Amino acid sequence: MNIAPDGLEFEKVHVWRGDRHVLQGVSEHVRPRELLHISGPNGTGKTTLLRVLSGLLRPEQGSVRWLGQSIMTFRTEYQASLAYASHEPALKSDLTALENLHFAVGLKRRIAAGELHAALDRTGVGACADLPARVLSAGQRRRVALARVLAMSATVWLLDEPYTNLDASGADLVSGLLQAHVQGGGLALVVAHHELLLPCSIRRLELHS
Amino acid sequence: MKVGAWQAFVLIVHRELCLSFRRPEQLFQPLVFFLIVTTLFPLGLSLQLSQLRDIAPGVLWVAALLSSLLSLDSLFKSDADDGTLEQLALSGQGLTLIVVAKTCAHWLLTGVALVVVSPIVATALGIPTAAFATMMLSLALGTLTLSWLGAIGAGLTIGLRRGNVLLSLIVLPLATPLLIFGAAATERAISGTSAVGALYFLAALCVFTCTLAPFAATAALRITLE
Repeated sequence: MNIAPDGLEFEKVHVWRGDRHVLQGVSEHVRPRELLHISGPNGTGKTTLLRVLSGLLRPEQGSVRWLGQSIMTFRTEYQASLAYASHEPALKSDLTALENLHFAVGLKRRIAAGELHAALDRTGVGACADLPARVLSAGQRRRVALARVLAMSATVWLLDEPYTNLDASGADLVSGLLQAHVQGGGLALVVAHHELLLPCSIRRLELHS
Repeated sequence: MKVGAWQAFVLIVHRELCLSFRRPEQLFQPLVFFLIVTTLFPLGLSLQLSQLRDIAPGVLWVAALLSSLLSLDSLFKSDADDGTLEQLALSGQGLTLIVVAKTCAHWLLTGVALVVVSPIVATALGIPTAAFATMMLSLALGTLTLSWLGAIGAGLTIGLRRGNVLLSLIVLPLATPLLIFGAAATERAISGTSAVGALYFLAALCVFTCTLAPFAATAALRITLE
């Protein structure tokens, strides 16, 4: 039994959307060096859960604690240590890939252009750095979004279906990044529809309707 | 290393300016609207110069309000549509700072631009050059206030498909004091009497919205982000 509060803990989280009871008392405790694989059929509240855990959405009941403290009491500080990738890549189509990273990551931490280039190279879109996001393919946009997560060097990763639109090498890339992040002491919560086969500690949370 | 509030503010303003200059048509649309509306009045009414001067303040201010309203819709909506608003909200900088920076950038791109082109319009309406300074000052205060009022309305109407109409219905009633005092200041300046009283009222409205609207707009945005 671990006494010292660590990791991200959520307890009996309930969310209603109108009349629909989307999340019905979901609980889990994710510690550093752990990955939580969230799965379940469409419409069972996987994205809603990630939004609750990011602090964007306030649950009607239940609590979310980071390092033992409710995230709502220090939401801004908590969000500074968080990297969230929604199921859309969230890129400005008029800005280049590099500018997109610059304006998003620059709010989290001071970062040199070299580091942003390195992140784009790592996710395999280094050659697209100066192209507007509008001309990139769906897979390339996903890779730029992954580079953004990487460059934020956050402790908590919340990834909503990071494998969508990616080819086989892209899927390997996501797995490699997740593994490196978790083994480096971070924690990751990943929504994915297929099995995650990674040599690290994986907990599973399956949501039902 | 953590990013300070001022650096974050500069970064967001820079981002907004970059985005806006990539789409110049969005930048020029309200200005062209302002120019066209104000020049149509003298053509349509075929008035004497003295009569034109009588209606000039009202025409100028109504056109300024309506053209500012045109651009308000895009304040948060495009970011909300592509998901970047969520990223901004989760940047660890506090939503109020983001709202303040985005609204200031919006005013720089619309309000200041409107003030800059207003002498052209004023000339077309027969406003004497001596009144330009007061007119431009009143427009600067008025458009800044309107940007803040608009931030609240834009925050509330992000999620709606026909949000633009509702946005006008929310903002225009709140903007009527601006129209009254703004037009009064311009009118006084044209007739050569002191416009200080009306300008003070405009400044008071401006300070009032600058201090309180950021919190109201943040709360509105917080609700729509959920």
